[in-house]
Amino acid sequence: MDELKQQSPTGIYLEHCRNGELAYQVCLDDNTPVFYPRAVAPKTGSTNLEWRISKGLGTVYATTVVYGAKGQPPHNVALIDVDEGYRMMSRVEDIDPMQVKIGMRVKVRFHPGDEKQPPYPVFVPAEGTK
Amino acid sequence: MSSLKRGSVAVVGVAESDLGQMAPHTTPLDLMAQATRRALDDCGLKLSDVDGLFAAATQHSTTPLAEYLGLKPKYFDGTQIGGASFMALLAHAQCALEAGLCEVALIAYGSTQRSAGRVVGGTGDYNPYESPYKAAGRISAYAMAASRHMHQYGTTREHLAEVAVAARKWALMNPMAWEKEPLTIEQVLNARMVSYPFTVRDCCLMLDGGGAMIVTSAARAKSLRKKPAYVLGTGEALSHATISNMPDLTVTAAAESGPKAFNMAGIKPADVDMLSLYDAFTITPILFLEDLGFCPKGEGGRFVSDGAIAPGGKLAVNTSGGGLSYCHPGMYGLLVMIEAVRQVRGECGQRQVKDCEIALAHGNGGVLSSECTVLFGAPSTV
Repeated sequence: MDELKQQSPTGIYLEHCRNGELAYQVCLDDNTPVFYPRAVAPKTGSTNLEWRISKGLGTVYATTVVYGAKGQPPHNVALIDVDEGYRMMSRVEDIDPMQVKIGMRVKVRFHPGDEKQPPYPVFVPAEGTK
Repeated sequence: MSSLKRGSVAVVGVAESDLGQMAPHTTPLDLMAQATRRALDDCGLKLSDVDGLFAAATQHSTTPLAEYLGLKPKYFDGTQIGGASFMALLAHAQCALEAGLCEVALIAYGSTQRSAGRVVGGTGDYNPYESPYKAAGRISAYAMAASRHMHQYGTTREHLAEVAVAARKWALMNPMAWEKEPLTIEQVLNARMVSYPFTVRDCCLMLDGGGAMIVTSAARAKSLRKKPAYVLGTGEALSHATISNMPDLTVTAAAESGPKAFNMAGIKPADVDMLSLYDAFTITPILFLEDLGFCPKGEGGRFVSDGAIAPGGKLAVNTSGGGLSYCHPGMYGLLVMIEAVRQVRGECGQRQVKDCEIALAHGNGGVLSSECTVLFGAPSTV
């Protein structure tokens, strides 16, 4: 009964990110994907949560372009509906941020991060990927 | 389980603090106390009459306010669910008043967000699932809701701009409003882009300010200085905390809080004479008009077109000038309700809605996270 003294859900998620893996959980009581990772599943209250690795494909659900950081070009922020059935915030790169459209197919890529920021998932266009 | 009783309590005193830019070293508590003094004067009660304390703030909570005012409240509540906190606190005050746990409730708010800088607005701690993407704070969450509404329903940037222009027209009739110059659709569209589709004119003001509201039983309200604004209905709803966990970005929990308030009040949207809707961004009144039942889902953008919610339009919305043009001091919910109370009292001068008997005040918190609705009625409605 001391799971959280051993490892945390976010700690496990970040470890997967370091390995270039987009991890999520599934509540085995109702077979529902869970994201962000949790110690207890929403609604069911179950601790029967299994870690899985996403194939890294998804569809843009919502999008915006952020202006403002001084000296920085505008950048995209988007919500991605990941194919395994959950939604996450991310950024679509390798494309003019204004050309990121709702419904666009995207695939994950890991940003290496830096000293302060661990590696994190971003997305790039994946047109033609069903 | 029985519900709260329609009209059992009334708002008897309301006031803003000074609004805008305060002198150096002014604290949120100074603003709460100033508004409290004015709200007590509005109804003729004394500070010593207050035995219920209800407060929320981004910088301070209920405890420092009790110390500042020297109150030892019999009942207190510091619910903090963002900008909708104050509608929730009014519902909770009604619970306490009906149960006899207190007799005179004070609801207070104050913020020095403009002087202290935006950091105190509270965009939260580092979140590994959101922070790396450097969203423009909460603005981007609302911008993404707007992107979804535009995609699904054909809402346009011009529709959004209509909301800002209508707010500005109302603000020009409110001496307390921050903005004093006219605004056009083109000016909104051509203003500095912040988070597409929002320019800075699609976003609420960031000012210092606060307010206070005194609430008591319907029986006691009759003997006080001003015409009571009866609480006909309240509804509270929580949805999500992060925008990625909002089930549908085009449908807010106002679709739950609204029907709760209307059911309690025993009225329908067509009975409402005036709306005070939390306009943190130009998309929010559009979403709330839909979710509260004033137009079909998806029609909000077209509904607000052609000056429909501006002075002289088909529906009076945000007559104070709203968070967009009147005042938005960190959390705006208490000021949302104060305008609705003043409208049912008939105190709004040039911007007064004719024969305003029922006013709706809707609060929103977080990133469309908490939604709370209150219906106020003039004495003729109870």
